[in-house]
Amino acid sequence: MKKIYDLVIIGAGPAGITAAVYAARKKMDILVITKDIGGQASLSGDIQNYTGYQFITGPELVIKFEEHMRKFNFEIKENEEAKELISKQNTFLVKTDKGNYQAKTVVVASGKRSRELGVTGEREFRNKGLTYCATCDGPLFSGKDVAVIGGGNSALDAALQLIKIANHIYIINIADNLTGDGIMQEKVRAENKVSIFNNSRVKEVLGDSFVQAVKIEEDKEEKILDVQGIFVEIGLIPNSEFASNLEKNERKEIVVNQRNETNVPGIFATGDVTNVPEKQIIIAAGEGAKAVLGAFRYLSTKK
Amino acid sequence: MNKKIKVYGVPTCPFCNMTKKYLKDKGFDFEYLDVSHNQNLAKEMVEKSGQMSVPVIEIDGEIIIGFDKEGIEKILRS
Repeated sequence: MKKIYDLVIIGAGPAGITAAVYAARKKMDILVITKDIGGQASLSGDIQNYTGYQFITGPELVIKFEEHMRKFNFEIKENEEAKELISKQNTFLVKTDKGNYQAKTVVVASGKRSRELGVTGEREFRNKGLTYCATCDGPLFSGKDVAVIGGGNSALDAALQLIKIANHIYIINIADNLTGDGIMQEKVRAENKVSIFNNSRVKEVLGDSFVQAVKIEEDKEEKILDVQGIFVEIGLIPNSEFASNLEKNERKEIVVNQRNETNVPGIFATGDVTNVPEKQIIIAAGEGAKAVLGAFRYLSTKK
Repeated sequence: MNKKIKVYGVPTCPFCNMTKKYLKDKGFDFEYLDVSHNQNLAKEMVEKSGQMSVPVIEIDGEIIIGFDKEGIEKILRS
């Protein structure tokens, strides 16, 4: 007979880690399954709105979270990705890329990931000039020509970081105007090394072993820009595909009520993967606590 | 255990810092190479790993791309 956990938590960002801490303190028998520790919080720059810390960086906060989580003795499966979440009689089955786990309740805290362009060459040239993390890989493009895809805050933030590093920056924006904060727009517009292409979409990523160019369509006219780097900053999508039985909204976020209950009794969801308004580290953490308290209450009614 | 460990990274990259902290916590000595202001080092890293993302970890000539704990532990245990 395979082990049945009280609770499986999927994801270990701010929501999942807080959920795990609360569950451990309730002495629940839990398992955490996660691709990484920290999720998007690892990629945050300066954080000045997490109560108790007037200033901390994302990675530093994640280290604190992780230390807190590892204080308890429960199993954590890292580098493991949930692929399916199946309802059985009285239990749930979580299928991952490495194994199967059974639990009486599940908290989905799988967060969001960078949205992909969905064009030819994108997968092939990932990490070969094409990247989703300007903070990480930006410095490798010193003196090179690069394209930033997107027109919102994260795209403009990437462009501003790259101004100090790259030779020339093309901003490829699908809308007819940039949408990021006015102050950032002013800064990029003031730069000679930035060219902005509005009403433009990426058609293809071109290269041999590394990126050499990007093909774009500007007002129905195709253009090829020679670039060695492409920074994709077109927003985030929820990691909710594996939870195929759960109700989602038009943004593919899992729909939860105030108690973090999904449409399936016994499955709770929390943090950025859900339709909770406002995606913030502190909100995700608080939601994680709520979800586990809900799961705990659900379990006690079942006994 | 006397394997030679090199970490290629940049100061702003969270996963580079996590890799460094992880190795430090485990008590492994390593050489950290900041590729952000050194084009030759950056080129060396790209040539060795065949790609352009950080961190790259080199353990006795074996290359690991990204903060891959399992990959690091596997080589260090072998």
